[in-house]
Amino acid sequence: MTRMFYYLGLIVEYFKNYMKTRLTYRADFWVEVISDLLFQATNFIFILVVFMHTDSLGGWSQNEVIFVYGFFMVPYAVFSCFVNMWNFSERYIVKGEMDRVLTRPAHHLFQIFLENIDPPALIGGVVGIVIMVISGGQLGLPFEWWTIPALIILTLCAVAIYTGIYTALTSLSFYSDAPTGILPLMFNIQNYGRYPVTIYNRTIQILLTWVIPFAFVGIYPAALFLQREEMTSMALLTPVMGAIFLGIGLLAWNMGVKRYKGAGS
Amino acid sequence: MSKRLSFTPSSPRPPRPEGRNSRHSGKRLLLGAYLDFIRIRFLTMLAYRINYYTGILIYTLNIGVNYFTWKAIYGEGDSLGGFTAVQMTTYVAVSWMARAFYFNNLDREISTDIRDGSIAIQFIRPYNYVFAKMMQGLGEGMFRFLLFMIPGMAIAMLLFPVQLPTAPSAWAGFLVMLVFSFLINSQINVITGLSAFFIENNEGVMRMKRVIVDLFSGLIVPISLFPGWLSKVLEVLPFQAITYLPGSVFTGRVQGVGIWNVLGIQVFWFAALIIPMILLYRAARQRLFVQGG
Repeated sequence: MTRMFYYLGLIVEYFKNYMKTRLTYRADFWVEVISDLLFQATNFIFILVVFMHTDSLGGWSQNEVIFVYGFFMVPYAVFSCFVNMWNFSERYIVKGEMDRVLTRPAHHLFQIFLENIDPPALIGGVVGIVIMVISGGQLGLPFEWWTIPALIILTLCAVAIYTGIYTALTSLSFYSDAPTGILPLMFNIQNYGRYPVTIYNRTIQILLTWVIPFAFVGIYPAALFLQREEMTSMALLTPVMGAIFLGIGLLAWNMGVKRYKGAGS
Repeated sequence: MSKRLSFTPSSPRPPRPEGRNSRHSGKRLLLGAYLDFIRIRFLTMLAYRINYYTGILIYTLNIGVNYFTWKAIYGEGDSLGGFTAVQMTTYVAVSWMARAFYFNNLDREISTDIRDGSIAIQFIRPYNYVFAKMMQGLGEGMFRFLLFMIPGMAIAMLLFPVQLPTAPSAWAGFLVMLVFSFLINSQINVITGLSAFFIENNEGVMRMKRVIVDLFSGLIVPISLFPGWLSKVLEVLPFQAITYLPGSVFTGRVQGVGIWNVLGIQVFWFAALIIPMILLYRAARQRLFVQGG
């Protein structure tokens, strides 16, 4: 219990620290918020353009695809607020900051997450909820007692999947000091999780469902709210996948840290 | 000071007629240095080539996903925005593989140099910083062309019904245009990177640039499929010169004299983008202050 308070206290402290650094660069905050929103807007343009030329994408209407997109934005926002490991290799391995992290009492992965928090990313999640409300309203989706609890649980599970995948990939940097170009490439692929996976062929479906399960951060859980019967069982599987992939990520990370010897100098 | 200067004549100094010659060889030396930037970057990339095997897989996956998405969009119809289904497949494959070649992280490299202050050292070295970066980008591009784009293209052709043109003019045109894609994309990257001089934390700008280039260059959606007003706007922006124009030539949508026209647009943007690069670089040299230290 005291351990938990210790960690909660750390979150508060790190957040305060974040605000202090942020206030030094005030203009950046808004640049970042605007760039995040523009990023979402461009994805949105893609959906709009596609539906200018067709009525349904693999049996899904425009509003349904937009709803899925709205859902997709929520876990993604939470994930990008708390997990930013894009320059882990350069900052922590090559420049040796990992040594500093390891000498401190709190868990190393926890420290790295908190050192890189990015609260402006959460604004994207708010936009996602607004999109869900609007498109859900147009689709006439029912609002049940379980809607909000399910939304929270599925969001957390999707965040766990993201975290697991990216932590596992990041821990590769413990094995090779070369900058791995995998993360930005993965970043492209995660976007495919928000389109109906059934339009892809078997190989890609399996890949997006079981190997790099980005379908579980978008289309599957969103299908639960859209009352898409064919995907309901997949939606209910999201927590399981979240647990498995977070487990893999943590395992890979801990094994990597054990191997870590410092970069010298 | 004057005392020290008085020593210089005694140091071995070439007589005048050779002075011109040495300036000449200095120029050649500088050229050699730039070529070395290309060579060294190529070799560095070669050392880390394992990354690119995964890269090829992931690009193939990108092509696959886009291919099936477009297939679902086409459904029964056979033409969209002037693209037949086969042309679209080819366009998607060629665009992604062109990206495998022209993509680089010059923007990130430059802003890292600016943020950690190492750019100060590079500014006092006897070469042009921006030009040296472009050369490094070229070395990376050559590596990507040989070990990423070509094998990737071969795999994509095996997996998807890609139809490559038979006309030699299309091939020649495409290869020349690809070089300009690379140049224009690198110029945009350099401009984005140098912006770190003016907005200290340009992370957001870089992210925005990446998305804008991918979407507005026609990589994700060919420009002719955008709503009329948007494609009108995009036609006067440089981004289409990166993906859409070369892709149009290679899928055979633009032929004959049209190839010269689109090539002209690329040359125009290449020349036009040099101006902001020079202006930014000049302003940046005036402005340099190193954060932290």
